[in-house]
Amino acid sequence: MSDKVPVTVLTGYLGAGKTTLLNRILSEPHGRKYAVIVNEFGEIGIDNDLVVGADEEVFEMNNGCVCCTVRGDLVRIIDGLMRRKGKFDAIIVETTGLADPAPVAQTFFMDDNVGRKAKLDAVVTVADAKWLNERLKDAPEAKNQIAFADVILLNKTDLVAPDELSEVEARIRGINPYAKLHRTERCKVALPEVLGRNAFDLDRILEIEPEFLGDGDHHHHEHDDAHEQDHDHHHHHGGGLKHYHDEEIQSVSLKTERPLDPDKFFPWVQQLVQTEGLNILRCKGILSLKGDDARFVFQGVHMILDGDHQRPWQQGEKRESRIVFIGRNLPMDRIREGFAACAA
Amino acid sequence: MSATDTRADIPSVAERTRPLKAEAPVVAAHFLGQTAIFVLGEEALLFLSRAGEARTIPVHDGAILTSAADASRIVTGGDDGKVVATDAEGKSITLASDAKHRWIDHVAVGPAGAVAWSAGREAFVRAAKGAERTLAVPSTAGGLAFAPKGLRLAVAHYNGVTLWFVNAQSEPDVLQWKGSHLGARMSPDGRFLVTSMQEPALHGWRLADRKDMRMSGYSARVRSFEFTAGGKWLATSGSNQLVLWPFQGKDGPMGKTPRILAPAQPQIEVVACHPKQEVVAAGYTDGLVLLVRIEDGAEVLARKGAGAPITALAWSASGTALAFGAEDGEAGVVDLG
Repeated sequence: MSDKVPVTVLTGYLGAGKTTLLNRILSEPHGRKYAVIVNEFGEIGIDNDLVVGADEEVFEMNNGCVCCTVRGDLVRIIDGLMRRKGKFDAIIVETTGLADPAPVAQTFFMDDNVGRKAKLDAVVTVADAKWLNERLKDAPEAKNQIAFADVILLNKTDLVAPDELSEVEARIRGINPYAKLHRTERCKVALPEVLGRNAFDLDRILEIEPEFLGDGDHHHHEHDDAHEQDHDHHHHHGGGLKHYHDEEIQSVSLKTERPLDPDKFFPWVQQLVQTEGLNILRCKGILSLKGDDARFVFQGVHMILDGDHQRPWQQGEKRESRIVFIGRNLPMDRIREGFAACAA
Repeated sequence: MSATDTRADIPSVAERTRPLKAEAPVVAAHFLGQTAIFVLGEEALLFLSRAGEARTIPVHDGAILTSAADASRIVTGGDDGKVVATDAEGKSITLASDAKHRWIDHVAVGPAGAVAWSAGREAFVRAAKGAERTLAVPSTAGGLAFAPKGLRLAVAHYNGVTLWFVNAQSEPDVLQWKGSHLGARMSPDGRFLVTSMQEPALHGWRLADRKDMRMSGYSARVRSFEFTAGGKWLATSGSNQLVLWPFQGKDGPMGKTPRILAPAQPQIEVVACHPKQEVVAAGYTDGLVLLVRIEDGAEVLARKGAGAPITALAWSASGTALAFGAEDGEAGVVDLG
């Protein structure tokens, strides 16, 4: 297995409870040691041996691409921390409430030194159940953090009424139906739900299933019970949850049983992220390619795509291609038509 | 293919190695006289004398992030916020402690005993005799380099380099180029300044007229680059071959192609130029170390490639010994004299 150090990114708007989650992670008796990278101007009171102050310097690459940004401070700090490899098992990066998670994620794909020694585990976003609805209206950063997340803690659930909670959960699902969502009080969550997720590991892209399967969702009809049964079915509690369509950030999920022509699909998806990369926050896909007995998986952050053959299609497994994009003002029709034209 | 990669058919000096195993990754190497000094990733320097005596000298309370050496001492910066100078006897003194306990990201040694270091967005210089001076730069310093003469320091940062005439009253001079600049080197004649960038490329300036030079085509970020003794060539890592940019003409490498030597399957992690001859030691990601003569590309094997990446290389001042260190703590000195 890879001996790369896993890195968990904690995001969330100001006051949502990031530091509470961080302290919970650090104080539980798990026997693991963490190096923690915090914003140097952020909240204090973190009890850990290895705490490094970061200054969130976002650097554009000099390659003409405005969304190709890296966190310069992470390039430097991870290189420094790796000199003490052995003193910690994993790294946690706590961003400021206003931070964009994309440059953090891109650092792991764009800097070969960071990518060789560390791997992104997951983006975990803490959302304030009481105030998120307001923030989604006035703070683009808050919406970005929800859209980008692999795991969302809908926190402070004790401060809102049940219908209010359903409402905010539906809002979240309108932006990002794919993240694992946990309702929490004081960020109380089992740590395996936020750590060791391997959300960016191509080998772990097993299924792409929306978690929210409310009525009226015209993209998602299937529910893989085998996959879901281990998890809390939050979305079942509310019964008929409302479905929200966010004006700005949407997701599109497409599938086809017809094999794809790699000579059509790859140029198309490359072109799509080249032209729409600024608006595409995340993408993922499992592909069945013509004349290819192995599953091909890919994922991306803005313009950066990472993909590989995963494993052979198994007997009895449905050979189906599925792709998902989460982004801002996505050209849905163009994506749908473009994808449909990739069939072999 | 495999025959060339194991370098079975080239002359070897690998059998002249005095091997050593460090308890931590070796992140840099230097010589003070005949003593090889390996900078470890954490806390200590490992001294290996000519007579073969090894000893560990603790110098920092934590990671050692950066090091530089002149003829008499090694200067290190750590995540403990300290700048420490250690002499050939192993005696250490703390030159500075950052008031805010920030990491010391870079150190450099200059003419006449001057020392520079940086922490975050501040660079500091202290001449052998004289007060400490501070310069604020627009973003975290990515690298430091002294000019060969005078008290002038180049501080690389985001979108360019600040050239600081430490004793002058004038404002520092800023050389702009978009992108993040992570390391700096000045040519031995002081005419050229080169930086390594976040993307796999180098950038340079001819200081007389601030003309830009772009050096690209690498497969990875260039983490190690050095001018040869006479300053005719710039040897660089960042590729699976030794890329040498010509700096002998008045235009430097502008409009010229680099000389490409010593191709291998693994990538070059670190380069070190011989102090007298036009010979470059190149350390590869598989542990291979080659000595490469620039004139004709002739190679000599200094270490077989089968192990962790080489992360440190240093020549003794006389050029008769080469120290190497690897990410897994394997190290050694190859005696050539």
